[in-house]
Amino acid sequence: MSIEQPRGSHDLQQSESGEVEHPERFENPGLPPHRPRLGDEDPKANKRSEHQVVVLFVISIIATIAAIWGFFAFPVDGLQVGNVRMSTLVIGLGLGLGMLGIGVGAVHWAKTLMNDHEKVEERHPQRGDDATRAEAVDIMREGVEDSAIARRPLIKGALGTAVAIAPLSFLVPLIGNLGGDWDISKFRHTAWASAPGGGRRYLATDPTDRRIKASEVTRGSMVHVQPWRLEEEENFLEEKTKAVVILMRLDPKLLKEPEEKKDWSYDGIVAYSKVCTHVGCPVALYEQQTHHVLCPCHQSTFDITDQAKVIFGPAKRPLPQLPITVDEEGYLYAQSDFHEPVGPSFWERER
Amino acid sequence: MKALAAGRRHRLAPVVLMTLALLFTGVVYAALAPSPAQAETPSAGEVEAGEKLFIANCSTCHGMNAQGTDHGPSLIGVGAASVHFQVATGRMPMDANQPQAEAKPPQFDEAETQQLAAYVASLGAGPGIPSEEQVDPALGDAANGGLIFRTNCAMCHNAVGAGGALTNGKHAPPLYDSTPTELYEAMLTGPQSMPVFNDATLTPDDKRDIIAYLMEQREPSPGGFSLGALGPVSEGLWAFAIGMSVLIGFAVWIGARSS
Repeated sequence: MSIEQPRGSHDLQQSESGEVEHPERFENPGLPPHRPRLGDEDPKANKRSEHQVVVLFVISIIATIAAIWGFFAFPVDGLQVGNVRMSTLVIGLGLGLGMLGIGVGAVHWAKTLMNDHEKVEERHPQRGDDATRAEAVDIMREGVEDSAIARRPLIKGALGTAVAIAPLSFLVPLIGNLGGDWDISKFRHTAWASAPGGGRRYLATDPTDRRIKASEVTRGSMVHVQPWRLEEEENFLEEKTKAVVILMRLDPKLLKEPEEKKDWSYDGIVAYSKVCTHVGCPVALYEQQTHHVLCPCHQSTFDITDQAKVIFGPAKRPLPQLPITVDEEGYLYAQSDFHEPVGPSFWERER
Repeated sequence: MKALAAGRRHRLAPVVLMTLALLFTGVVYAALAPSPAQAETPSAGEVEAGEKLFIANCSTCHGMNAQGTDHGPSLIGVGAASVHFQVATGRMPMDANQPQAEAKPPQFDEAETQQLAAYVASLGAGPGIPSEEQVDPALGDAANGGLIFRTNCAMCHNAVGAGGALTNGKHAPPLYDSTPTELYEAMLTGPQSMPVFNDATLTPDDKRDIIAYLMEQREPSPGGFSLGALGPVSEGLWAFAIGMSVLIGFAVWIGARSS
């Protein structure tokens, strides 16, 4: 009484200051009164639910038969596209409805017809009694003594080693497969450096591999470029991935070129790497009216008139420019490789 | 007249009527059908009619002599293909100053479009309207066309030509409804934001292969619903908006008390 008295007055003060009064402990309200369902009292409703369940199962049966019929009715051998479509559709719908009918029927059965009286299961303490616990410890100790692991160091060492090295059987291939080739100097040069035998590396159309004359690149046009005759060389796909280029011709007056890069373009024709400097998507959505090139992955936008500088999006660096010029017959070729690594950043890059 | 009325219940009447109807349709079609797109040497009358149409409909923006104004570019030397593309797809005349001239029902019929094209072509040499043979998808190699399309076109127009977004409200339109002639003209002339793919960098054969590939995309897909072929966007929307709603609906139903 002497303890509850001050608490009571404390509670009273709280309620006076406008706060809600909380009891120390909520009473267990027990289960709400059981309400019977329609079908529990009305035999007609009960019968109706039974019919509904049967209908759901019958839908499943019909759907399964339809799926089997569909398999035979729409053979997919040969190149009949319509048949493939119908076969997939009928078998898929049959399978889906077959499963759904069983599931919905079973749930409906349980909900409407099976007994729905609320039941309470008390939770039991998880801790075993002291005698059981002592017995378990004894069994463990007996096992250790019986194996005599302390007196058999050879077995102990062999087992330890076996357990320790077992994970290597999947760790070594896992790490080894990360990359067989750790030569990152490959990032720094592309196939444009020189043709096999040290000849000129001509620009060619991708994928038709025709050499391109400067006169063929008209104002407003864009050409997707790969190094000429690269297909005959080793690691063609890897090399092509690094070396793809977009070629555009603009009004030479529009181009803002620094003095040292004046001769990298030819009469308004400029070539830039097609690999985005953000994560390496092909930057090729060229708007010929605004001279912007857009990357389809994250919308980085590069201004071709101004050194392909980034004007929007997550890319950090401008697209590397490929210095080009023409030979005696007017065909475009690369003066040299790109002057910086193409594509996204990597750890060893300076910037 | 009486004989006709009496004969209308004759056994052969439907056959006669059908034959007449077919003949009538054929004659009307022949009279109204668009003439083959290749206007080799437009007559002087055609150019003259085109000039009248031009002055009445286009000169406000493009100038009385198509020399261009502050509101529209010069059309001297753009060629018949460009005019035919812009007018036949309804992009020109443009109805409002907006980021992109949208395709809409054309304002001129095929004959008038040809006259306009002939007039503009007479002002300066430019790419001409391709012949039926140049754009016939049956003569193209769809597999090679797919290869070229994926490198040159798919970034903007999507791998199957479903279209895609550009910057500042511009977009690359879907190619499902374009005619082979329009496809060829668009590649040749580079309308609006689209770059030019001239005959040197994309040969006429390459262009026809691309058209064959695009025509093949219009056939039903063996994989069922393509959901617009827009990739993860429409598929994700379907999975979240519809798939998740259905799953939540089932969960609520299973947990609900039966009445």
